[in-house]
Amino acid sequence: MRPPAWIAIEPHGLHLPAADVWIDPPRPVARALVTHGHADHARAGHGEAWATAETLAIMAARGQAPATPHPLACGERADFAGVAVSLHPAGHILGSAQIRLEGPDGTVIVVTGDYKRVPDPTCAPFAPIPCDILVTEATFALPVFRHPPPEGEVARLLTARAANPDRALLVGAYALGKAQRLVALLRAAGHRAPIYLHGAMERLMALYAAHGIPLGDLRPVAGTPKDELRGAIVLAPPSALADRWSRRLPDPLVAMASGWMRIRARARQRGAELPLIVSDHADWDELTATIAELSPREVWVTHGRDDALVHWCETRQLRARALHLVGREDEAD
Amino acid sequence: MQRFAALLDALSTAPQRSAKLRLIGDHLATTPDPDRGLALAALTGGLDLPAVKPALVRALAEARVDPVLFRLSYDYVGDLAETVSLLWPGPVRGEPPSLAEAVERLRAATRATAPQVLAGLLDRLDPSGRFALLKLATGALRVGAGARLARVALAERFGLPVAEVEEVWHGLAPPYEALFAWAEGRGPWPEAGPGAGFRPFMLAHPLEAPAALDLAAHAIEWKWDGIRAQAVSAPGERRLFSRDGNDISAAFPDLVAALPDTPLALDGELLVRSPDGTPAGFHALQQRLNRKAPDARLLRELPVFLRAYDLLAEGGADLRPLPWAARRARLERVIACLPPDRFDLSPLVPVADHAALAEARARPPHASIEGVMLKRRDAPYLAGRVTGLWWKWKKDPLTADCVLMYAQRGHGRRSSFYSDFTFGAWGPDGTLLPVGKAYFGFTDEELAWLDRWVREHTVARFGPVREVEKALVLEVAFEGVAASARHRSGIALRFPRIARIRADKPAAEADTVERIAALARP
Repeated sequence: MRPPAWIAIEPHGLHLPAADVWIDPPRPVARALVTHGHADHARAGHGEAWATAETLAIMAARGQAPATPHPLACGERADFAGVAVSLHPAGHILGSAQIRLEGPDGTVIVVTGDYKRVPDPTCAPFAPIPCDILVTEATFALPVFRHPPPEGEVARLLTARAANPDRALLVGAYALGKAQRLVALLRAAGHRAPIYLHGAMERLMALYAAHGIPLGDLRPVAGTPKDELRGAIVLAPPSALADRWSRRLPDPLVAMASGWMRIRARARQRGAELPLIVSDHADWDELTATIAELSPREVWVTHGRDDALVHWCETRQLRARALHLVGREDEAD
Repeated sequence: MQRFAALLDALSTAPQRSAKLRLIGDHLATTPDPDRGLALAALTGGLDLPAVKPALVRALAEARVDPVLFRLSYDYVGDLAETVSLLWPGPVRGEPPSLAEAVERLRAATRATAPQVLAGLLDRLDPSGRFALLKLATGALRVGAGARLARVALAERFGLPVAEVEEVWHGLAPPYEALFAWAEGRGPWPEAGPGAGFRPFMLAHPLEAPAALDLAAHAIEWKWDGIRAQAVSAPGERRLFSRDGNDISAAFPDLVAALPDTPLALDGELLVRSPDGTPAGFHALQQRLNRKAPDARLLRELPVFLRAYDLLAEGGADLRPLPWAARRARLERVIACLPPDRFDLSPLVPVADHAALAEARARPPHASIEGVMLKRRDAPYLAGRVTGLWWKWKKDPLTADCVLMYAQRGHGRRSSFYSDFTFGAWGPDGTLLPVGKAYFGFTDEELAWLDRWVREHTVARFGPVREVEKALVLEVAFEGVAASARHRSGIALRFPRIARIRADKPAAEADTVERIAALARP
């Protein structure tokens, strides 16, 4: 299972040696291809970076902008010393892309980055790209992870809100992607009331809205009288749930929106009274169905529960290997 | 079943005890009979469904899921019922069973039919229902709500005194319809009757101000390092209860068989007797506590006895209203008539003054003593922790600076954290030797810090265990030192917990095995 000569598997990521360009490098490099804006994929300090315009905008908004940004539209081809590179929607968050690499030998490698297959109103849907080698994520690659429909989880949140009109519904959600998707899901479920935001949420919400994603009436928690927050849904980054910050809320009922909430122990660790299983990553069924659908010659697993996914591939006579890349955080969902 | 499943889900994430009490209370008040009584039985460990064992659950899952994926999933989730509930192949077929139907089917199942019965029920439930069913069937709910909490919830929701609920509890059986009738004012108090019932324990407060204590008004006893237990007998009936009111007779048939046929209720400390006749260390008792049905060898090698503190009833008379001194006098007469290898008297400790008391507490004459108890001579025996009547004054823990050697992922709430820490001290040849393992004593923040430290300083992995660089010093508090054949150091710390993380201290300055062994007291 030697990789094609035009690509190298290094501890810090995939590298195209001829053009000296790295894919999602976890440390600053001269030239980087970036799948999406989450911090473990889009580090600050790159010289040149190629990504979708949305991803570059997100990087700029979070202080991770490269010195020289190169926006690439989905489907547009760029040449890197003989390797043809193009980006294709991954369905993970706004701007998220898979990277398709076609080497001089004709071998096609697709790097999924983080992805999911269920529809998400805040980003373009995952596009299945035929390939010889699929480089897949494996964040939720255990058969215990089967995410329920997100609409049902949002309905549970609204039921809890109706049952607790005197309490604030404090929902922990990652500030990039999950928070905006939750707002969109709540709006789709008919929730018209203002949704209140922790300060750390505001900038990216505005960025999503500026990209034409309707999020409705969003207001900062800061400066809002406590009584106005009774019965209100408040979004905050997970780190704020148990923080002193939450003391300004009236008797908050703590919810947490994450794929990890499937596991009771994880929900308890978060102190979530209402665990909501809403994930921006493919679950076990999506991961395995995607591999089966694309039927690549080989599967490389980047990060997550790689042993289970590699085992699954092997039981189907599919060659698979774990890349053991450093610097990936699988906690953020 | 879905209502019960929703209760377990809510309990497992309920933030505090008060929320759990409310959830259980509301469930019992709003669920019809017999389902609520069965839910109460499930929470209090009163449902006996012997046909289903964890091994059967595991086998059912492994017949349906790739065994490697099953193992990886179980490793990750850390709980068998939860793992199987999530892995069970769908879709859900048919109507979900009621709790009563599920219990009825499992009760009627034999070893041979159990796999089919359980699989049939699992097929009709969603993941949350499957989790509840499996927890119920294997009899280990572990949702952070023990038997006592459920009884307290019942008492609080229906405005009943907890002590009255506990006193009648062991005379009742699921689904507790007579209990609910009484609770709702529809029926009489379901009297405990003449049987060997449980009497709620009297408990002590920690002594904060020893100097202010009137010594003449108090009797002083050793605080023995076993578990509090209540041995109760009546004609044709003998039982042993733990402190939280659970019937533990089956685990201690040797002691229970030695109880007389006449009505008697003794409060004392359950201890293992070592060959020299003195109490063995807690480690020995732990081996008995771990076994619900001990075999003959264990009964022979680790015999238990009750070191009696108090007499609660004798010959049908309730002695609890009497002052301690009067109960003690009768206790001394009763113990003299019981087999001395199974029942003896906890001796009084004569101390002349406060200095002698402090000396007795700091240097007790036996390693199985963990401090002193002080009881008012005129106090009746009252249920619970009544202020001002009984005091406990434990000796200070020992401490040692040890070096973290291995860390293992926890189970349950900590299934993603390295939370079980094996630590060592320096041996005579300058190598580190393990002396114990601790999995508590730290805050959630410290646990997160330790978890991160372990991940960043791993030098080798063995399944769920990581070996780490020998660079982090932990101040470990413990209650004593025992000889250990399992540890290469030859010693094991008793009841160790992490007192402090000493990131400031170089590992080379941690303690030696020799110094720690010297801490072992008589």
